[in-house]
Formats: sequence, structure tokens, C-alpha cells
Amino acid sequence: MGEIDMATALNTAMEQDDGAEESSVPAVAVENLEKTFGTQKVLNGISFAVDRGQTLAILGRSGTGKSVSLRIIIGLVQPDSGSVRILGQEMTGLNMDEMGEIRKRMGFLFQHAALYDSLTVAENVAFPLDHHRPDLSKSDRDDRVAQLLHEVGMDGHFKKMPSNISGGMQKRVGLARALALEPEILLLDEPTAGLDPISSGEIDELVLKLQREHQMASIVVTHDLHSAKTIANRLALLDKGSVVAEGTFTELQQSDIPFVKEFLKQS
Amino acid sequence: MSETQLTAERSIRPSRPAEQSTPAEPWYSWPIEFVNSLFEWFGGMGVFFWQVLRAAVTPPYEWRELIRQMDEVGSKSLPLVAMAGAAIGVVLSMEARSSLTRFGAKALLPSAIVYSVVQEMGPIITSLVVSGRVGAGIGAELASMKVTEQIDAIEASALNPYRLLAATRILACILMLPLLTVSADACGVFMGWLTQSLAEPLSLRQFIDSGFKGATFNALLPPTLKTAVFGLLIGLIACFQGMKTQGGAAGVGRAATESVVLSSLFVILADVVLVKFILVFFP
Repeated sequence: MGEIDMATALNTAMEQDDGAEESSVPAVAVENLEKTFGTQKVLNGISFAVDRGQTLAILGRSGTGKSVSLRIIIGLVQPDSGSVRILGQEMTGLNMDEMGEIRKRMGFLFQHAALYDSLTVAENVAFPLDHHRPDLSKSDRDDRVAQLLHEVGMDGHFKKMPSNISGGMQKRVGLARALALEPEILLLDEPTAGLDPISSGEIDELVLKLQREHQMASIVVTHDLHSAKTIANRLALLDKGSVVAEGTFTELQQSDIPFVKEFLKQS
Repeated sequence: MSETQLTAERSIRPSRPAEQSTPAEPWYSWPIEFVNSLFEWFGGMGVFFWQVLRAAVTPPYEWRELIRQMDEVGSKSLPLVAMAGAAIGVVLSMEARSSLTRFGAKALLPSAIVYSVVQEMGPIITSLVVSGRVGAGIGAELASMKVTEQIDAIEASALNPYRLLAATRILACILMLPLLTVSADACGVFMGWLTQSLAEPLSLRQFIDSGFKGATFNALLPPTLKTAVFGLLIGLIACFQGMKTQGGAAGVGRAATESVVLSSLFVILADVVLVKFILVFFP
């Protein structure tokens, strides 16, 4: 075997090792995360991990740091201390461009969808593709946008402006935009908040369908216990910036912790 | 007012808090707070400028957005700037004519108009008009995007908002201000001639020849190019005020107002420095 062949074989073996190593680590691993805003300590050393194909629902009262932990995972907020590893790569301390490389592998649905109000529904979904997939031809891009909007049940609304569609529809479009780059990790911030029960159920169904089809690791922040029970494999209950209980819904039901009992009873 | 209304009003009025003796703030606390906020603003602006600069010089470059912003800042400001330039030309012509006639220096009228328009009035009026139109627009647009989490959404989509939103807008302001100034100057000089020729017939060619007689590079180009600095200030301040906005609709309004007020103020202050600089280095 020549030198070049040896080098190629070595590189291939190393790439395979990297792939194997990446698939063996959790998709998201959060350790001892702490965050204080002013004098208010929002996160007090939370830790959890989510594997590929798994969905973790983070529950808790308002102001316990659920959304902040999600924003720290995507890098929109920097933690005071602790570590966030995405597919084995440390996320904290990176600059915006370095973080961008990791963010391409993640999708984020904002609580209020955060659609670009000067763009149409189709342009919103096409936005990540336009910037990160210049290799796609216009027709391929349009096909991908149509496919994504079909997946979230938004056929026929391509040219509408975000202000002309309902809150539930905005969340669907936000979800389609989050899925545009085929992420390995999906982060959902209150996907059913402010929606009527029928729309909430539809969003839950949609998230379940996408999980089945795409095998993503997902983290869902929600107040809605019913929704969490439907879409998540595991639930983490936050109180005063700490994870007080984590497990399946059945495990949480059997918990003796007073806060968990109270939360499940009130929900 | 009926008794029922009075009762209802009383019931919704918040109860008066118990009187508490709060220690009076010392007289020197507000100047300290003012100086603190001044340092905070300049510090924040410095960090913002550094982030934008770093994003602007590293690829990928957002050419499409830059061209869109150049159209927004340039083409769409052109009618307003041209009109302002024309008005300045008319006013200068009328004012200068009566003054110069009084001193028997009517022959200097074309030069007085050309030099006044090109060296000072054109650049400063263009910059103030752009500061009002574009500064408010950028400030309000970015502030609205900030409070509705659209800037966060851009970041979550693995894009750098400093590159996509701020660098493109600032660069568009830097590139378009000198071109808009040239347009304002042209309109000012033309309308100056028109006003002059209505009082005393004079061909445009004669007016231009006489007006630009003895004009040098140092007299015409640096005053026009200084507007690139004004463009930097307008873009930078408007983007900074917009992207640091907090507090919903009120915050958006505040950002738009502050963008216009601060960018206009800094344009005028920078003009003082730049005029001195031009006089020293391009005599």
C-alpha cells in the first residue's frame, strides 16, 4: 500500500472513529449550569442529558429558568458557569461564528414563533436554506420549502405574511423553519402556549410525527403537563433553578417529593 | 357623577402606601449617574463597533443584503436629499445676492454659492436628512426585530446578526452618503443658478465656469468624502440603539427617537472636528 493510500485509510478510520464517538455521546449534555440576572439566581446548577431519538420535557413554574436553560443550550444566553456539550462539542465560550457551526445542527422554535415579519411564510422557511445551502438550485429550494410546509400542514399559505396567520399557524411555520436544515437536535420553547386545545393537540401530533420520522433529540420547555406527557420520553421538573425530579411520567407520579406531588396535582 | 361611579372609582384606586421616610439622595448623585450612563453608553458602543468590524471583515459576506440596504439608504433617500439640496441652493442664492450686491461684489455670487453648497451646506444637510430618514428607519426596524425575538431567531439560524443586520446597514450608509451629497450639491448649484438667472440672466455654463474657477481637489473632494464618516456615525448609532432595545413598543419608539437625535448630534459634532482636520491637512 502506497503512502497516499495509507494516509487515506488512516483518515477514513479516524473519521469513522469520530462518527462512532459522536454517536456514543449524548446529543445534549448540560452540567452544573448556573445563571444569575442582576441579583436573581435563575439557574442553580442544573444538569441533564438527552440522547438521540429521545425527548426531554422541562416543566416547572414560571420564572424557574426553563426558557433560560433552552436559550443557554442554543447559545443565546451565556451561563455564569457550567458546561453545555452539543453532540460532544463544548458550546460555552465560543464566538458567534464558531457557535454558528454547531447551531446549524440544531433547530429552535421560539415561544412566539419569532417569524421575520417582512418576509412571507415561504420566505421565512427558505431563510436558513438561502444562507446555508447555496448549493441548492432555486427549484430544489422551492421543493424543500413546499415539502416542509406540507409536513407542518401549511400548504396553500406560502405567500401569506406572518401577521395574517393565526398563532397556531405561526408556530407551525416556525417549526418548519426550525426543520429546514434537517437538525439533529430540536429545541421547542412552549410549543403549545397560548393555543386552544385543538391546536395544542395538533402541534403535539406534529412534533411526535417529526420525531418518529427524523429521529431527533428534542428538548421541550412547557407548562402543559398533558403535552409533555404526550410528546416526551422523560420529564424534568425545575424549581428555583434546580432539577428537583427527572424521569418518566410514571416515575414522577410515584415520587415522594412534595413539590412534584403538588405540581402533578395542580396540573 | 353618580354615587355608584364614585364607589367604583374608589375601589380601583390603589391604596395609599404607608408614608416611609426615605433618605434624601445627595445632590451629587445625579451627575454621578449621568457620567456613569455616559461611560456605559460609550463602552457599549465600543464593544458593538468591534463586533460589527470583526463580523464585517470575515467571510461570508452578505452582498445581497448590502445591495438591498444601499438601495434603501441611497435610492430611496435621493428625492428627499435632492429637494433639500435644491432648497439650500435657492436660499443661498437669494441671501448671498443681496449681501454681495451691498458690498459691490456681485461677480463673486457663483463662487459664493458653489463653495457654500459644496464645502458645507450640501454635506451637512444631506447627512441630517439621511440621519432623520435612515437613522429612524434603522433604529425602529432593528428595535422591533429585537423585541419580537427576530434577531435571536437569526442567531439561532446560525447567522451572525452583526454581519447580516448591522455591518450591511453601516456599510450602505458609508457608501451612499458621499453619492447622495454629490446629488444634493448638484441640485443646490443648479437651483442657485436658476434663482440667480431669474434675477439677472446668466447661462449655466458661465455660472459653472465662474463658480468653479480656481477650485482645487482640496476645496471640493475632502468636504464630500467627510460624509462617509457621517454615514458611519449614522449607521453605527442607529444599529446600536436598535439592537440594544428593551421594553416592547415603548422601547421601539425610544430607539427610533434616540437614533435620530444622537446621530444628528454626533454628525454636527464630528463636522466641527472634520472641518478643522480638512483645513489643517488639505489647506
